Amino acid sequence: MSTQHTQSSTTVPHGAFIRFLATMDRRWIFLAMMLAVGMPILLKLRPPESPGPLSNATFAAIEHLPAGSRVLLSFDYDPASEGELQPMANAFVHHCASKGHKLAFMALWPLGAQKANETVNTVLKPFHPEYKLGVDYCMLGYKAGNEGVIKVIVTDLLQQYSTDASGTPLGEVPMLKGVSNIQAFDLILNVSAGYPGAKEWAQYATSAYPDAFSLLVGTTGVQSNQLYPYYPTQMKGMLVAIKGAAEYEVLVNAKYGNTPAIVAAQRMMSSREGESASENASGDTPESGVPAILQEGQRRMGPQLIAHLLMVTLIVLGNVVYFATRSKGATR
Amino acid sequence: MRRLLQICVSCVPVALSLSGMCLAQVDAPPPLTGLTVADKAGDDGRALIVHWDATTPPMQVWVSRSLGDDERKSLVRDARVDAAAKAIAAGASKAEAEAAADAAERAFGQDAERGWTFVGITESADGVSGFELSDLPEAAQGFRVRAQASRDGVRSSAVESAQPVVTESSAFFSARFPLMVGLAVLTITIGICVRSAQRGNIPRLRKIAALDAFDEAVGRATEMGRSVLFIPGIQDMTDIQTVAGLTVLSRVARTTAEYDATLEVPTTRSLVMTAARETVQSAHFAVHRPESYRPDLINYITDEQFGYVAYVAGKMVREKPATCFYMGAFYAESLLFAETGNSIGAIQIGGTAEPSQLPFFVAACDYTLIGEEFFAASAYLSGEPAQLGSIRGQDIGKLIAAVIVVLGTALATVGAFAPEGSAAAAATWIVGALS
Amino acid sequence: MLKRTIPLFITGAAGGILILAYFSPATTNWGEVVTDWMNTLAAVAFILGGGNLLFVNLEKISSKRSGWAYALVTLLAFVVTLAFGVLKIGAVPNAQFPATPWAGDYESVRAPFGWVYEYVLSPLTATMFALLAFYVASAAFRAFRAKNIEAILLLGTAFVILLGRTAAAGILTGWISPEGPFAFLRLDTMAVNIMQYVSTAGTRAVMMGIALGIAATSLRLILGIDRSYLVND
Repeated sequence: MSTQHTQSSTTVPHGAFIRFLATMDRRWIFLAMMLAVGMPILLKLRPPESPGPLSNATFAAIEHLPAGSRVLLSFDYDPASEGELQPMANAFVHHCASKGHKLAFMALWPLGAQKANETVNTVLKPFHPEYKLGVDYCMLGYKAGNEGVIKVIVTDLLQQYSTDASGTPLGEVPMLKGVSNIQAFDLILNVSAGYPGAKEWAQYATSAYPDAFSLLVGTTGVQSNQLYPYYPTQMKGMLVAIKGAAEYEVLVNAKYGNTPAIVAAQRMMSSREGESASENASGDTPESGVPAILQEGQRRMGPQLIAHLLMVTLIVLGNVVYFATRSKGATR
Repeated sequence: MRRLLQICVSCVPVALSLSGMCLAQVDAPPPLTGLTVADKAGDDGRALIVHWDATTPPMQVWVSRSLGDDERKSLVRDARVDAAAKAIAAGASKAEAEAAADAAERAFGQDAERGWTFVGITESADGVSGFELSDLPEAAQGFRVRAQASRDGVRSSAVESAQPVVTESSAFFSARFPLMVGLAVLTITIGICVRSAQRGNIPRLRKIAALDAFDEAVGRATEMGRSVLFIPGIQDMTDIQTVAGLTVLSRVARTTAEYDATLEVPTTRSLVMTAARETVQSAHFAVHRPESYRPDLINYITDEQFGYVAYVAGKMVREKPATCFYMGAFYAESLLFAETGNSIGAIQIGGTAEPSQLPFFVAACDYTLIGEEFFAASAYLSGEPAQLGSIRGQDIGKLIAAVIVVLGTALATVGAFAPEGSAAAAATWIVGALS
Repeated sequence: MLKRTIPLFITGAAGGILILAYFSPATTNWGEVVTDWMNTLAAVAFILGGGNLLFVNLEKISSKRSGWAYALVTLLAFVVTLAFGVLKIGAVPNAQFPATPWAGDYESVRAPFGWVYEYVLSPLTATMFALLAFYVASAAFRAFRAKNIEAILLLGTAFVILLGRTAAAGILTGWISPEGPFAFLRLDTMAVNIMQYVSTAGTRAVMMGIALGIAATSLRLILGIDRSYLVND
């Protein structure tokens, strides 16, 4: 690999350390980043999280819905942003199911439907076995058309979704009996990695029908700036990146992390798959008894903390090189 | 004992019916009063405004409307198909299936409830006692509306509008009128500035370093005997950023054709590949070097974002282009491209209108066209009076927008201290007019 | 004529119709027709793109040009995945219609197409995305230099956001009461405030410039002022 030195056009200063920094191959930085991400995972470093106002608002919006409310979950992301968004998707589904809400999954991204299936298989089915397809949850699948889909289903669900993902006419899906549009839902949960996603749901769903339902959003850090203007009017809550997911997990797990259903599910898993499965199923702190998959956000905050500290260190070191080089130039 | 049991048993239905009556009397809210339905003015004839007298205490209102002609026909057809399919599945003959379909159609006609479709639920309280029924299936048709009050899950009897209301389509969407005026002002302004520039009053533009570096960047590639890589973003031709990117490509292709440098354009969309080929070919014609045009260097790779990144990054590392242009719509791949380009020592010029990606280009590229600069690039590079004049028109538009923002902010700030004053009213009017 | 006038006319007419369709209900259908034509063209161009991919890679393999092995991998992946998806090879039988293979679920991980998605595409995509972490670190080391006042402000903001979005915020400034008068000095609060107000305001200003740039560029193309994309006669 060819390297681009940071100060190629300036004189390299004396001093072994400064000289090393000034001419450093960027693969050293890559190695440091790999260690910063990898070591906390191996050492199971988990910094404490205290939920902020956005996470609290998100939790409260779901928590205060009457049990059995209809919730529409739109999974508008793909595997690329799974690392940032999957933990909050898991937590959303677990929280809603713990409250007994009826869940309808859809996607505006082609690969979002698969993410929804995956979440159902890894969270809903193991920890909420009482949930029956069609009765308590349904899979509407992916629909092409971006914001056009939202504009239509707000007033006419059947025009876009005449059947669910498995081909069952919507009229024959028990939990959707009498539902002609998404205004019959009490809440929309959107997990969004970009366009189409949270912004479009805010613009075409909650801005157009502010009284019909609430919107909660889980989003990547990079697009959060564009979503802040919609909170709290069009969005009642927002989880930003893995930090938001971790904070929300703390709230959800405090109340629903160790329910009898989860204990039973874990017991069943461990008896089926042996000791190793038991270790995998339970959290990094076995005494908590909370399944690992429901603590993913918190687990990923360890690597994030160290990676951010590394970035701060790198920026400081970069400036050390800069000032050393400049002062050297000035001396000459 | 037995007699006592008999009395108790006989009392149960009476008690149940009484309690049911009591529940109905206690819980069912009174029917809505004063239901009126009117066509919404200034739209495409596909919306109704429904009003009722304010309800106290607040409650929900369930709204339904009558079916349109096409909707009814479609539902009747579905009912016929369903009935015929069920009959055939049960072993019926074709004639019997036809009869079943006819019976289903008759049943549909006789069932008054099937002539209605549920539209939505809204909250009703003092001051909020209306509903906009939008996205009707057809314009210029008569629709009736039915509304029911609902409290604690119990609904009142339905109230229906007296006569069907026929919707009408207007010449213009009134809600979009402010935007139309804005566009008209911008168009006229640009038009005047273009005419003015054509008459010799050419505006002087500030230096944009990124654009001035184009020739130097291509020249460097020529000297080094390496290629120039141009990435027109990852969106299709429907995105104006891709179009703007291709207009910049036109200029880059002219320079590479003049210098006899190799220009490579991998694309994520087939249509972009076709348009890029046209653009590069026209550039070669423009400098009278059609023989040096090579369509095989402008390829479609894949629509998949990271598949494309893998291809381009691999190509960069293997072939080490001397100059990389990134002009178009970019997302997460912006930094992956720019850092890879940086690692091979290429001169990099980025340009995008994606605000979230601009910081990455600024950090990793040698030059960056930020937002509007990117759109002005084609005009700047062309040097044509008409195009340069259009940039002045665009700047006047920006000035008008800035004045409105400052004025609105000042009025809203003053209005926050005096909510009843005229400043607050003016701020509200501006928000209403622009939203 | 063919190379300039007709394309200019098509650009002007299509652009004009789409603008008119947005403002006038009477012309909404015209706008839909233009969009349909665009979609049809894109669909045809997709065949062109697929053909181009095949042609370029086959040519590279047959002439054994440098990197021909990559072309072979690309071609194999393209053809195999296309066959799995289009022909529904190995699709999981539909419970209702077990005798009809075409009714099967080809997106299930038990079907080859679903398997390719789950165990090939997903990990590869996530891996490419994960590279961002490494590249961000390298870019930060190189680019964040306190060269002037603006750069120092940028640097300070970066520190606040980087620390404010992790537990470091609690460790460093957790002792400041979130209810007290100095709550705004907490790193997590500062991070949220910067993103919610400062950054949003800046983003909006950039967006307004971009919106006007888009409008001006569109007008230049529609009115035929910018003809750089056309072949000169």
